[in-house]
Amino acid sequence: MTEILPYIVKPREDTGLYNAKVGIWLFLASEVMLFGGLFSAYILLRVGSLEGYWPRGWLNIPVGTANTIVLITSSITTVMAWASCKMNQLGRFKFFHACTILLALTFVGIKSYEYHDKFTHYSIKLADGKIADGHLVEKSKDFSLERKTGEIAIHGHEVNLANKSGKELEKELQLLYDLRSPEARAVRHTELKYPAAQIASLETYGPWHNTYTAIYFTLTGLHALHVIAGAIVIGFLWSFGAKMWKTDHERFTNRIEVSGLFWHFVDLVWIFLFPVLYLL
Amino acid sequence: MSDQHPPDHFSHHVRRYLLVFYALLFGTLITVGASYIPFGHHAVNIGVALFIACGKAFLVAGYFMHLISERKMIYGIMAFTAFFFIGLMFLTIFAFADFPRLTVRH
Repeated sequence: MTEILPYIVKPREDTGLYNAKVGIWLFLASEVMLFGGLFSAYILLRVGSLEGYWPRGWLNIPVGTANTIVLITSSITTVMAWASCKMNQLGRFKFFHACTILLALTFVGIKSYEYHDKFTHYSIKLADGKIADGHLVEKSKDFSLERKTGEIAIHGHEVNLANKSGKELEKELQLLYDLRSPEARAVRHTELKYPAAQIASLETYGPWHNTYTAIYFTLTGLHALHVIAGAIVIGFLWSFGAKMWKTDHERFTNRIEVSGLFWHFVDLVWIFLFPVLYLL
Repeated sequence: MSDQHPPDHFSHHVRRYLLVFYALLFGTLITVGASYIPFGHHAVNIGVALFIACGKAFLVAGYFMHLISERKMIYGIMAFTAFFFIGLMFLTIFAFADFPRLTVRH
């Protein structure tokens, strides 16, 4: 195969690198800055939040752990796919990267389940100053806050922050914000029904809820976009792109290496996102 | 990096990748486990979790991304990245000294 451009396949003598490898590392450097900026935003938001108001335990730890394992597994299948290219084993390459793509889809699936959970989680400010918090069971068809008609049913509990201060307020806040505290874990959730007339305002745990959900959706949303993009690239190399296996094997192997580097980077970001958002 | 290795030398690479994979799984479980242990101050928990995360990041970057045996130029790019990344993190600290003029401080 004649080279259209120099150093597409063969490394340059002075750097010892082929073009795409320099390219992907420069790109990853810019990615580090992109995520780095958001991480530093996270630190600022967290350190700047009022005592007792930074959420803990808002995300499901077993689900997050499972997703972490899914992503780590996809990293090993990626590196094995590349090793299969090096060893010239097409069957193994196809198998390992099929696993990578399936694992990527699993990750996005689990993530959407988690997002759905947040979008059905309601925080309802009641007219008497209490806060009702829980997952949506049912909204009646005629439910409207403006017209004060209908009712909403949630599975959750009530918290009363009004006229409280000091230790009392701290304890009550734990029930909303520190869900890993023994106090919050002891709370019984029951089905609660509220007519619209009793409700002052309501919102779900979407990005608008507070600074934590804002940075959570921003960070994990951006990360999920990277997973989807990586899956598309790997999907292409696995299907149509694999024609190059025969025509220009070395160049194809380099493509797999470069896409793998991106994939490992995505895994690397998650290694920090998981403890930061789920555990701490 | 590995252009120099003939195909049959690859099996020991594969074994190493598997070891890294097990270490990453182990690290994940340790991170989750450690978050349930009250170390006294919450800052210690944060430190422990980030320490393990850095270890895992080293394994991924070092072995899966072959950074432990890369060319000088890649190290150069990474050095610049590290410098500016640390700068970004320091911004969060600088921000605490950044008050608008005439702010009343309690």
